[in-house]
Amino acid sequence: MSEATLPHEIPTVYEPSLFGTYSKKIGMWLFLMSDSLTFGALLYAYSYGRISTPNWPTPFHSESIVNATIMTAFLLTSSLTMVLAVRASAEGNAKSQRLWLLATMACGMGFVLLHGREWSKLIAEGLTLPVFPKPPGHEAAPEFVNVSQTVPQFAATFFGLTGMHMLHVTLGVVYLGIVALRRSFIPILLVFWLAAWLGTPSYSPFHYGAHVLLLAAIVCSIILWLKPKVYDSSDVEVAGLYWHFVDLVWMFIFPLVYLMSAKIL
Amino acid sequence: MEPDQIAIATRVAEEQRHHGKAQFFWVWGALLVMTAIEVYLTYQNMQPVRMLTILMGLSLLKAALIIGYFMHMKFEVSRMKWLTMASLVVCLALMMIFFPDAFRILSLGPK
Repeated sequence: MSEATLPHEIPTVYEPSLFGTYSKKIGMWLFLMSDSLTFGALLYAYSYGRISTPNWPTPFHSESIVNATIMTAFLLTSSLTMVLAVRASAEGNAKSQRLWLLATMACGMGFVLLHGREWSKLIAEGLTLPVFPKPPGHEAAPEFVNVSQTVPQFAATFFGLTGMHMLHVTLGVVYLGIVALRRSFIPILLVFWLAAWLGTPSYSPFHYGAHVLLLAAIVCSIILWLKPKVYDSSDVEVAGLYWHFVDLVWMFIFPLVYLMSAKIL
Repeated sequence: MEPDQIAIATRVAEEQRHHGKAQFFWVWGALLVMTAIEVYLTYQNMQPVRMLTILMGLSLLKAALIIGYFMHMKFEVSRMKWLTMASLVVCLALMMIFFPDAFRILSLGPK
């Protein structure tokens, strides 16, 4: 063996990756597979309740369907902007990457705000859970009179499934904010927390749910303090996988929960 | 990251650069069109089972486009593709074991 060929044949310390990609990406795929089982279980529970309940309500007027369709368009557009952010990071274009990430976050926040508005409207109309405080001065809409008593599975599975998804989108926005802006995002996140907490009435579930943002700010501060780093293209790609996953899950929630329960006049 | 991980990440980033931007816009457009079709079908007074079948078919197609193009699974090595997707599909399909019980509940109660 000549000395000239020797460097090429020295084995590296580590074996080559079994899946042809880097560990962070494989780790995120494993997490997403486990998370898809969580959403799978919730979607199956919803479907089980629907099959076994003959008088399943179909309360969603065209206003709700239009709202949910716009939410879907927001998520699909956010996936496009996310993939453009990943591409910009692969090209080493930091400015473009940050702008596309911010656009993705804007679409995600649009989704959460529209979803929050939808939830508030449904709760005011009488679709509620026992744990939610009763909003003052609202009459139950005809669609929801007795629904909580006769078909309690409807509200439980609806709020459970869409609430879990909303939590994922919210945490996805925080994740992208940290990747795009790092420490600078923490004060912005605290402003969001205060706005969500103080801007919602005390009987709204979002009044208490807003504390998720405070918790996220604390966890992110600890992570950034323990391991400060500049996020590279692999981090952006891994964050993108998570974001596309929340979009993917909504592609099943939207037809199953909204379209199959649309009120056809 | 370790040196070999950096090398892989660099190779993956290099591959990303070669994916045309136009194909992402095509996929996005196809997803929006399929969503519009779903909403249109909702108001066509179809039988619920038939509508559910069409909606789930479209949702699976949309999921395949998102996983394949946006999540880049189409461009991964085949070992990665098959192991992740096959195990996920099997696990989710196994949950269907509960559905016969949901149908059984319908026939319970006083006759």
